[in-house]
Amino acid sequence: MKFTCLSKGGGFHFPPCHVLNVCGFRILFDCPLDLSALTIFSPVPTGYRAVVDEKDSDCQPYSTLDSDCVTWKRQKIGKPLDANDLICAVPWYKIVKYLHLWNVSFIDVVLISSPMGMLGLPFLTRIKGFSAKIYATEVTARLGQLMMEDLVSMHMEFRQFYGPEGSTFPRWMEEEELDLRPSALREVVLGKDGAELGGWMPLYSAADVKHCLQKVQTLRYAEEVCYNGKLVIKAFSSGLEIGTCNWSINGPKRDIAFISSSIFVPAHAMSFDYHALQGKDIVLYSDLSSLDTMEGIEDGYSFLTTDSFSTLSWEESAQSLLNTSEHLEEREKLYYLCSCAADSLKASGSVLIPINRLGTFIQLLEQISASLESSSLKVPIYVISSVAEELLAYTNVIPEWLCKERQEKLFSGEPLFAHVELIKDNKLHVFPTVHSPKLLINWQEPCIVFCPHWCLRLGPVVHLLHRWSGDPNSLLVLESGHDAQLALLPFQPMEMKVLQCSFLSGIKLPKILPLLNVLQPKITLLPEDLRQKVRFTNVNPFSVFHYSENKTLIIPSLKDSSELEIATDLAFQFQWRNLKHENMNITRLKGELHVAHGKHWLHSGNKPSKSNSSKSRPLLHWGTPDLETLLSILSKMGINASVEQGVGVEGSKKACIVHVHDPKKALIEIGDTGTVISAVDENLASLIFEAMDSILDGI
Amino acid sequence: MKARQRGSQKEIKFHSMAIECLVLGAGQQVGKSCVVVSMNGKRIMFDCGMDMAYHDHRRHPDFSRISEYGDFDKALTCIVITHFHLDHIGALPYFTEVCGYRGPIYMTYPTKALAPSMLEDYRKVMVERRGEEEQFTSEHIVECMKKVIAVDVKQTVQVDKDLMIRAYYAGHVLGAAMFYTKVGDSAIVYTGDYNMTPDRHLGAAQIDRLQLDLLITESTYATTIRDSKYGREAEFLKAVHKCVLGGGKVLIPTFALGRAQELCILLEDYWERMNLKIPIYFSSGLTMQANMYYKMLISWTSQKVKETYSTRNAFDFKHVLNFDRSMISAPGPCVLFATPGWISGGFSLEVFKQWAPSEMNLITLPGYCAAGTIGHKLMSGKPSKIDLDKDTQLDVRCQIHQLSFSPHTDAKGIMDLVKFLSPKHVILVHGEKPKMATLKGRIYSELGIRCDDPANNETVCIPSTHHVEVGASNTFIRSSLNPNFNFSKMSSEDESDSRLKDGKFMPWLQVKDERAAEGILVEEKGKRAKIVHLDEFLLMLGEKKHDIRFAYCFPINTDNLEDTKSTDVSSSSNALSVSGRSSWLPMLYIKLSDELSGGNIQYFGEQIQVESFSVSLCLKDRCPYRIVDSPPNKCEAVFFCCAWSIADEKLAWKIISILENRNYGTL
Repeated sequence: MKFTCLSKGGGFHFPPCHVLNVCGFRILFDCPLDLSALTIFSPVPTGYRAVVDEKDSDCQPYSTLDSDCVTWKRQKIGKPLDANDLICAVPWYKIVKYLHLWNVSFIDVVLISSPMGMLGLPFLTRIKGFSAKIYATEVTARLGQLMMEDLVSMHMEFRQFYGPEGSTFPRWMEEEELDLRPSALREVVLGKDGAELGGWMPLYSAADVKHCLQKVQTLRYAEEVCYNGKLVIKAFSSGLEIGTCNWSINGPKRDIAFISSSIFVPAHAMSFDYHALQGKDIVLYSDLSSLDTMEGIEDGYSFLTTDSFSTLSWEESAQSLLNTSEHLEEREKLYYLCSCAADSLKASGSVLIPINRLGTFIQLLEQISASLESSSLKVPIYVISSVAEELLAYTNVIPEWLCKERQEKLFSGEPLFAHVELIKDNKLHVFPTVHSPKLLINWQEPCIVFCPHWCLRLGPVVHLLHRWSGDPNSLLVLESGHDAQLALLPFQPMEMKVLQCSFLSGIKLPKILPLLNVLQPKITLLPEDLRQKVRFTNVNPFSVFHYSENKTLIIPSLKDSSELEIATDLAFQFQWRNLKHENMNITRLKGELHVAHGKHWLHSGNKPSKSNSSKSRPLLHWGTPDLETLLSILSKMGINASVEQGVGVEGSKKACIVHVHDPKKALIEIGDTGTVISAVDENLASLIFEAMDSILDGI
Repeated sequence: MKARQRGSQKEIKFHSMAIECLVLGAGQQVGKSCVVVSMNGKRIMFDCGMDMAYHDHRRHPDFSRISEYGDFDKALTCIVITHFHLDHIGALPYFTEVCGYRGPIYMTYPTKALAPSMLEDYRKVMVERRGEEEQFTSEHIVECMKKVIAVDVKQTVQVDKDLMIRAYYAGHVLGAAMFYTKVGDSAIVYTGDYNMTPDRHLGAAQIDRLQLDLLITESTYATTIRDSKYGREAEFLKAVHKCVLGGGKVLIPTFALGRAQELCILLEDYWERMNLKIPIYFSSGLTMQANMYYKMLISWTSQKVKETYSTRNAFDFKHVLNFDRSMISAPGPCVLFATPGWISGGFSLEVFKQWAPSEMNLITLPGYCAAGTIGHKLMSGKPSKIDLDKDTQLDVRCQIHQLSFSPHTDAKGIMDLVKFLSPKHVILVHGEKPKMATLKGRIYSELGIRCDDPANNETVCIPSTHHVEVGASNTFIRSSLNPNFNFSKMSSEDESDSRLKDGKFMPWLQVKDERAAEGILVEEKGKRAKIVHLDEFLLMLGEKKHDIRFAYCFPINTDNLEDTKSTDVSSSSNALSVSGRSSWLPMLYIKLSDELSGGNIQYFGEQIQVESFSVSLCLKDRCPYRIVDSPPNKCEAVFFCCAWSIADEKLAWKIISILENRNYGTL
């Protein structure tokens, strides 16, 4: 078994990507896009920019809260880069850096764990020769499709502005051009080692997306699929988002659990089903979310990491995995966010929330509308996106994929999410674009707007940022973890308040070890970066391997044999022989071997086994025959024989010949490696064979 | 000498166990469904229905047969409910809350969502109608549903370490499922009610090809081949349309969930297509709230309905309005859905009293109404007067349309499913006795599958599958999976001859893949049994092979051979002009080919090979294997030397006798 990490990814929106070789099959885990790289492009210029009201510009910087759980920060904008440094061209998109170095036609299976892990998939499926089987959960496939369609439709704006792309290499990618760019920007394009230029692609088309989705086989949670008879693949909920999953892969020689970013007790999606991953031979741990938060500190950003405010007691028990503290933290963040939004609204500022995480988005919708209700603020909420209507409708028809609390709503006949009622009550308005005529009629400020895209380069958010960036009462809510400075560059000077907020995106550091203790694998694969963070004591019953990017890890085989199931009817035909000195029982067996459902099966074949008499006859003999014994056995059978010694042909080893005269003529030629029996009739030959058989070991 | 014994004590044990199937309901009848299956130490109850034709203890399955002392938690591993119809779930609250079963209960999400309303409607009718003692209360229903674990279609649910269940889409009503159940190597499917053809709002049943010991299937339409449901749906729509065109009112008595939404989706679609503006009303008992369930569960409907969710959820009924009591006597046509379904009281009865006397109006009735209800009275014949109670009589002049589209599979569907799954055994339930007997015969005669149709409270035992788990060496697996091509080639001399023989053009080379897994199962004390390849085995033991072969050298009369040559060879168009010793072997080949049926006879020029048996010309003067006494006319005889191994003992002697018989036969 071989494991290669192609990319550790970065954050919620850019999950890791790996290749696993198992059972002779090559499995690719996820195929994401690094959309944060889009920030090097300049957004489409818009016609209007809001005039900043001088009076309002002396706004109070937003104070950070003393809460231990969350840190919010008003962005202070330094100017290492200038808006003019950004690339003015139709953006290209960056796939996983080492993926383009692999021959995709050799991939057998693609497992997609989340919609984010799907965004790069059309690049693969449109390659000629790509023939892998793609598995994703039904919801991941649907949400992924909506995200890709939205991406394509937002991208259209660039095309309309810059005109159709030439088929050639864009100018900004040329070496001379890149040399003129600031180093920070160049690094995004080329990567730290300069190897990433090949990962840039012009965006796929809507047709590519459609074609891609046709190749995806969708699954329910815990639905079994069998690839090529050998691998039994199942998806289990990971809790990160609605429909996201971890994988269980059972083969004839080993059972593997693949753990992507997971959340134990999410507020919307079905919770992390780690019980289903218990007792696997190997755990591929691919939740790198705890790394992202740590990298954040090094960059000097002031969000909190998992460990800095962790008051969790270190209990190596399954109980500790399910404690609700992180759930409460997330709630508090949302409450805080709502209160900030309310403050802005009270000051007649608008609130712009370009957060595309479905769970956060839906919960914020619920929280904000509830807090508006309670503070009796009558402010419209807009959701602007080409897929918003479908997305919101979809979330209300998938109760099977939600957490227990939401499922209870199904059983009591209430809508699963509050947005259903909000739309009905005209509190929430959904529009496909900022130019929708209905929006223009409906538009009221101040208001709350949810819209894509979080990279601040695509979609309605660009227009609204241009509009409100000068308004110090307005609020922009950003997800932390990305380079906000770079992201906000084109909108400088920013008078708008900026709230950066991190949301739970995976398993927190202190929970990794308890989780592994619960799962009880024999081998665990962890990212190299966690080597220092997750320390294993010697008492851990499993061995740990650390992987790093673009290095292939070879995992030793656990068993030298495969599992095999023998059909009972075949097993009943067994004729056991006992080898006393070896203390073993042996039996010959013959059947048809099938590989199905990750197991080997031995059935008695369609052909009836050969005639019964020969069935019991051993076909293979070993040992050295003893002449004395042979003669005595023969005489017991009523066969008289005499020995003629030493007819050694080449003088090396003598073969002896036993002559039989009575009852009939026969000859036994006993050599070093074999015996030849020659008799006048079948009966005698058979008797002699039996005698030989009894003095040799055989099967 | 090494001691050895055969058939010794082994560590691998075979349990010969059976699957026991106790039919507590729906045995040779269409009524309460309840089957208890025991397999490999697990006991599962499928469905827990009630028989609405009875009002005494017979309405419930005889639970005492599960556990004499009522210790149901120990006696049952779990309960599986296939869908929300009362004849499949009606006795569940009674069993859990009154009998005290506290173990797990599994059903699909829609069934869990819709069942409480069905049970509550039924409870109300029963209590209101006769004021009879409640079998269970509303609280019982709530408490019972708390024990239910909802499952998704195709989700593999591990009930415990050994018992796995999985639901498959059954199409009968929203959320109906067939359940695949597996314990160890034994597996069964219990279908519940299902429909093999898609209809307007539900898809067709769908299941994987599974290895099954037993299939327990419904057989409501055991002998009927039905036309499509569309025809009868169209009839219903036509009747409604005709009535409202004539200015009449249509009363559709239903319960809150299920039929109401199914019919409403039909009407909505029809209204849309026909551009009708006549109002469709829901009475107060049938709130729009109930539709919310269907809206959220739209992914369980047919593909066509499912696709509508984003633009307009098909259960967002556009034409449906809320009904007010004051509108009962308002003029003008309308369609009204009113509860309860069997016109046993409540609002539907109130409306019925008002609308029944007019021949312009139309009442639709469901396929089933509980005895004693107005609905039941209307179904039996076409009464012109109905006794509402002792003192009141009502003239019934309105039209009555009975809804006949029951979403069960027909005989063809059942046969198709049985054929598709090809289980080792079939048990029929939920059907009428004589029809079941016919179907049972068909399943046996056409598909060769043993089939039973037990009556209630009978137990059927069938054998179950088991496998023995062992390890297998990589060499064994590899060698078994490698193709083992067997080439049989037409020999060049013979080729022209035999190719013309049948007037058919025989291929030069025939290739067969005769791969077979052959190995040795080794069981050492304290170790897991393991299969190794033959070659590995001796290495493992550290022993050397000792080959035992047979040899036989015998003469064949040459005169006789010449005869054969002249008769066989000269008759063919291009006779071989060979003579002498070199031609004898080909002649033997021809003989063998003629007389030895089967067997792969190959001719290699120097020798003829059949499996391990080989024969060649013996040119030695004194062959050690020439055991037989030479024939008298020695000079005329040609000797042939054979050798073979024990595997082909029978074959070898057969060939020798063929060759020798030729020889001596002419003497």
